[in-house]
Amino acid sequence: MSDLLLPPEQRYAEMIAKRQNEDGSELSILNLGPTHPATHGIFQNILLMDGERVLDGEGTVGYIHRAFEKIAENRPFYQITPLTDRMNYCSSPINNMGWWMTLEKTLDIEVPKRVQYLRVIIMELARIADHIICNSVLGVDTGALTGFLYVFQYREKIYEIYEGICGARLTTNMGRIGGFERDWSPEVFKKIDEFLEEFPAIWQQFENLLSRNRIFMDRTIGVGPISAEKAMSYGFTGPNLRAAGIDYDVRVAKPYSSYEDFEFDVPVGQSGDTYDRFCVRNAEVWESLKIIRQALDKLPEGPFHADVPDYYLPPKEDVYNNMEALIYHFKIVMGEVPVPVTEVYHAVEGGNGELGFYLITDGSRTPYRLHFRRPCFIYYQAFNEMIKGQMLSDAIATLSSLNVIAGELDA
Amino acid sequence: MALETPVIQDKLTNKFGDNVTQFNQIKDIFTFEVAPESMNDVMRFLKEDAELRFNFLTDLCGVHYPDNEKDRQFAVVYHMHNWVDNVRIRFKSFLSGDNPEIDTVTNLFLSANWQERETYDFYGIIFKGHPQLKRILNMDEMVSFPMRKEFPMEDGGRTDKDDRFFGRTTDNF
Repeated sequence: MSDLLLPPEQRYAEMIAKRQNEDGSELSILNLGPTHPATHGIFQNILLMDGERVLDGEGTVGYIHRAFEKIAENRPFYQITPLTDRMNYCSSPINNMGWWMTLEKTLDIEVPKRVQYLRVIIMELARIADHIICNSVLGVDTGALTGFLYVFQYREKIYEIYEGICGARLTTNMGRIGGFERDWSPEVFKKIDEFLEEFPAIWQQFENLLSRNRIFMDRTIGVGPISAEKAMSYGFTGPNLRAAGIDYDVRVAKPYSSYEDFEFDVPVGQSGDTYDRFCVRNAEVWESLKIIRQALDKLPEGPFHADVPDYYLPPKEDVYNNMEALIYHFKIVMGEVPVPVTEVYHAVEGGNGELGFYLITDGSRTPYRLHFRRPCFIYYQAFNEMIKGQMLSDAIATLSSLNVIAGELDA
Repeated sequence: MALETPVIQDKLTNKFGDNVTQFNQIKDIFTFEVAPESMNDVMRFLKEDAELRFNFLTDLCGVHYPDNEKDRQFAVVYHMHNWVDNVRIRFKSFLSGDNPEIDTVTNLFLSANWQERETYDFYGIIFKGHPQLKRILNMDEMVSFPMRKEFPMEDGGRTDKDDRFFGRTTDNF
């Protein structure tokens, strides 16, 4: 127990000395990160290597820790949304919507059906963008740059859809308590239709390029596996857990935002290795497309926000011409909104797993405590165990298939 | 739903008596309070009992309540999830303000390892028996515990930023 507290170079010193005595070969320490292009983010791994094989590892995280939980305790609720953008910045809308839903649960706000469906559409688009990045980058790390360039055009199209909805592309800060800031324009729906028309063919080509590719299969099958029991114990959720064979999905276990209205499958893998994670994400993109099509077909007419003047900013022309609207506008901007004293946990299925918000309110304008359950942070601790005994290049492939996003890891 | 909350309450009260109290349904989650000395046993029971089957530790975090009485100034909050019956529970353990100590649950769930380190890092709560209790997100040289309420978010000496009219003071209280 005590030797774990030592810095890795001291912990490894004895192993290195011992190994030299045995057969003359030498062990070495490799510092992977914190700024290494192959780690796709800022985290450090100090690896004990025997040639190219990883014997042990120690991860250091926190390089981009920005104290989100502390900041959140000092900001009114709507100012916390930009913080959630910056956690998993590959799928910001999911974080935003999760946060709004947490607040709506706290404040007992019923959201119109149209808003729920629009949220489903944007969350599934964000999931597709997230999986595009993870899977295509896995391709890059195993030597296939073509697929990456090919599908990244479509991430760009998704960002254009974000832009049409909220004006921002990466850190979206999308929506309000009770709905959206404005109704989606016809151009947005046209862009979504175009995306749904063009993207499946491209994604099919991407899948064809990699999923039965001999080189890719050799590089990923049996690499970085984790058993279902271990994955559960390590707190895995999302595609990484499902690749190990457990069909836990928050969208099914506790449907939010009307997910119960849609038909979709939860893809699962078997061995929990890099290839299974790749396949599960691939299949999830198809399921997301299915959900978006259903939501567009069934999209009800109606208001794009709930009727909650206490929390939802009034239209600008009313603010200038109407005393009541001006008062509400002022109160909301200053954060003086009525908040009950309660505790709420709300989880959504983020790109990487169960993204949870644990909110304690004390009736004041800021949260008393806000804790983000960040899936990356929880499952990244399994990384060292997953790469033990693997080659260094396999460790890189494992890392990119886990889709660890530094922003979410460090909060 | 196969597992009803009265069943959870009865089983816990029968087994642990007064160490498990304050049963309450808050919004959609059943909550209760556990005495810190029996935390590890309670979690083991919740995990291993054939009927309860809370097989997943969803979340673990700390909370600071500086206004509470001396022996209840810190809380560790656990969220568990039974995936078989799809039931979530939340329980808290209140710790003393001077000497916040609680048993680790890393022997039951490996995911508790970093989450306990994070809680230690931000609140200074000691998890007894944790294999490697050191800071995780902050730098090792740091001496304070930044999520405690008395820790100011911004440097109090700052003069370039006057937020008084926006409800904030430089010391953030």
